[in-house]
Amino acid sequence: MSLEQFKNRDVSDSGYYLVDIDAYPEKGFDKFKRIVARTFRGELFVGLWVVMREMIKFDIHTVQYPKEKLPVGPRYRAVHEMQRLWESGTERCIGCGLCEKICISDCIRMDTKIDENNRKVVSEYTINLGRCIFCGYCAEVCPELAIVHGGRYENTSEQRAHYTDYQDMLTPFDMALNGQVPEYPGFGAVTPHEDERVKSTPLAY
Amino acid sequence: MEIAYFIETVIKIVVILLVFSALAGFGTYFERKILAFMSRRLGPMNVGPYGVLQIAADGIKLFTKEDIVPTNAVGPIFKIAPVITAATAFMAAAAIPFLPQFTIFGYTVHPIVADVNIGILYILGVMAVGFYGPLLGSLASSNKFALLSAARAAAVFISYEVVTGLSLLAPLMMVGSFSLIDFNNYQAGGISDWIIWSQPVAFLLFWIAAFAETGRTPFHLVANDHEIIDGFGTEYSGMRWGLFFIGEYANMFFISFVIVLLFLGGFGDGSVLGALGFLLKMSFFFFFFLWVRAAWPDIRPDQLMWLCWKVLMPIAVINVVITGFVMMF
Repeated sequence: MSLEQFKNRDVSDSGYYLVDIDAYPEKGFDKFKRIVARTFRGELFVGLWVVMREMIKFDIHTVQYPKEKLPVGPRYRAVHEMQRLWESGTERCIGCGLCEKICISDCIRMDTKIDENNRKVVSEYTINLGRCIFCGYCAEVCPELAIVHGGRYENTSEQRAHYTDYQDMLTPFDMALNGQVPEYPGFGAVTPHEDERVKSTPLAY
Repeated sequence: MEIAYFIETVIKIVVILLVFSALAGFGTYFERKILAFMSRRLGPMNVGPYGVLQIAADGIKLFTKEDIVPTNAVGPIFKIAPVITAATAFMAAAAIPFLPQFTIFGYTVHPIVADVNIGILYILGVMAVGFYGPLLGSLASSNKFALLSAARAAAVFISYEVVTGLSLLAPLMMVGSFSLIDFNNYQAGGISDWIIWSQPVAFLLFWIAAFAETGRTPFHLVANDHEIIDGFGTEYSGMRWGLFFIGEYANMFFISFVIVLLFLGGFGDGSVLGALGFLLKMSFFFFFFLWVRAAWPDIRPDQLMWLCWKVLMPIAVINVVITGFVMMF
């Protein structure tokens, strides 16, 4: 199943129609007539045929989950990822602290320091995923597209702390250097038609 | 001769027990697979190739599960009830010829444990006793949902024994014997001799009643799935619950054999082809149980009773009367 099918929510012409329902019979003879009609109309065999047809067609819709996975929508908000810059591989996070500030469940904690190049770097960064409600505010507020929501929805670990580690969330360094980090389309990225929607800031009040 | 007969009977009993216990297990596999295919699913796929070993996994699970007897349950009755279901299902098999007689190493084997002269009466009687399993089990388990299930079960079984008996009366009048082997020999001449052609109404009635007899959809009121609670099995766990299932599936196999023997010529003249045809016909009826479960909904208890007493029973009586008149003149 491709992603387009998966995301198609147009139900306007899906073959649904209202069924004619006869009035409920009042007299005994009417009931008898209905019973006879139902008995010899053969609707039971229609039911039998429908299931047999599906069995012969063998059009199986099962997704054998661990082996096969359905595509997840790009804007799905799963466990966070920290991005790197494309070619240099520098961490995108500038340590501005906006995500920590906006987090409504208070689960982001960061420490910053000035390193030897006089750049502000992140020394500590943790997300308490036990508290996180995956609202996406942190990704939305991030000015540098550094913290985003990834598509990793299978979270199993012995300890929650295992996937709150900054180094784990961070894109591996060599991947970034080799240009293997794809243009990020997911939650936190700029939406596709942003150019048309942007308005010039009114300067004159 | 006596000793040889004794040994032969014991061997036959053991073979039937083993074969049909295993088949009952495979019956659950077939049921899950066919229901899955008919609803565009795959069914069990992970244990063994195509999930064949799922029954082994289920068996291990059932055997090793904790056996719980609830507080306030009537212990002895609660414990014996599943055994009644399974035991009566297999006891009914004693009078069913599973294959035509064949000769092996110069010794003629009759694949029937006891060709008693009240064969079909015995089978129906023992199968009817099997209903005490769910009834006693649910009454003894001190659970209100089980109690409701017992009430429904009693209503269904009492109703449908009437239809089973009356529908069989007409063919019995024609054949003049209760033995299933006599039934088979009566129809041995070929397809045109099958009783279904002379007694189509009796065939349909017996077939419908067989669904109630085995407690299958659309008459699955013993353990009503729609209540989510599993009727008589609510308080059962582990192998006791498993015994109910072995009994149910064994019953489905045996009643399929009986339908074919009574109405569809059984194994015919006793050739290999006849034996194969016998098993094929039996498989169709077993498959039909599963097919119906995929296609049709359950009906309400009052509809079931209405169908039995106001429709099927009068038809059965009329059928018997007409058969009697035709035979008289």
